[in-house]
Amino acid sequence: MSQPASHAQVGHVVPLRVLFGVLGTLLVMTYVTVAVAGYDFGRLNLWVALGIAVFKASLVLLFFMHLKYDKPFNAIVIIVSMALVVLFIAIALTDTVQYEPNMIPGYAPSIKSNPQ
Amino acid sequence: MSHEHPPYLQHHFDTPEQQFDAGKLGIWLFLATEILLFGGLFCAYAIYRANHPEIFIYAHKYLDRVLGGTNTVVLLCSSLTMAWAVRASQLGQRKLLIALLSLTLLGGFGFMGIKFVEYKAKWEHGLLPGTHFAPHDEHEAAVPAPPAAPQTTFKPSATGPAGTVRHDAEPDAGAASHGKRPSNVQIFFGIYFLMTGLHGLHVLVGMGAILWILVRSIKGHFGPEYFTPVDFVGLYWHLVDLIWIFLFPLLYLIS
Repeated sequence: MSQPASHAQVGHVVPLRVLFGVLGTLLVMTYVTVAVAGYDFGRLNLWVALGIAVFKASLVLLFFMHLKYDKPFNAIVIIVSMALVVLFIAIALTDTVQYEPNMIPGYAPSIKSNPQ
Repeated sequence: MSHEHPPYLQHHFDTPEQQFDAGKLGIWLFLATEILLFGGLFCAYAIYRANHPEIFIYAHKYLDRVLGGTNTVVLLCSSLTMAWAVRASQLGQRKLLIALLSLTLLGGFGFMGIKFVEYKAKWEHGLLPGTHFAPHDEHEAAVPAPPAAPQTTFKPSATGPAGTVRHDAEPDAGAASHGKRPSNVQIFFGIYFLMTGLHGLHVLVGMGAILWILVRSIKGHFGPEYFTPVDFVGLYWHLVDLIWIFLFPLLYLIS
């Protein structure tokens, strides 16, 4: 930003060591996510899988996609879009459980609860 | 300004740096819309899985973990070669750039090839979405048809949670653990084909874009001063990888 822009190299060159380190970590985490799928953590199963996926996604974003070295505004754009997806899913999930046929007794009797 | 400017600099930008930053913001905004596009499908996935976990527990066994895992590795490796290709173009290593882009493209072909094998197997077993769902593996023949829904004078006004699934068959939560097929399994395959299909379409588009920059790099268009298309195609390719990172555990590794 400070030096004259003519013939200045734009962008950050990521060292090969970092690139291969990231790939190695991603491959190990892929193995881990397959391995932990064999264990039952009860309700935590989904969160363990999602946690690993978020970690892997962060590595791809930060290093492969240069976000670590990039203008912060680009990071804001992508983080906001992801936050909106999380918000969208969270609100939709809290909404869908409000429509159980037997949420209000006798209001919308389902076939299951009224075999006659 | 009287000084001549480089051929790649559009006249409405002052400097290559400004042009690069503007383009990069544009690409990130595009990637944000892509995340929102897939977000809708992830939401559909979340709603159906929350309401009918038995469908997902039962049906995910029909997906091949080995092929899915192999595809994850293929895509991760092609992400590395892409990131390395961006580095090569930044450093002006033309031959390395061409080799790495070719490898990335090869990774795309590998992914789509494995995807084809998976889709073909689903097709042959009748594991298709909606009304095309007609599984015919050997266990199915032994399972008797589900009993007809009990008659009632009540209209099922709220048909299923949020109206997602018809309520006429018993939503048997224990069915999956007994190996019996729960009702409405076709919903899983609808979600599977839509999510992996849209993702596969993105892989194809990415492969087209990589082919385009491969041809341009052979023509010698890129160097330390101008590597913008390589960088931006790379970002798109990494996003495709990013989405697969979530799709693989959510579809293949349900426990």
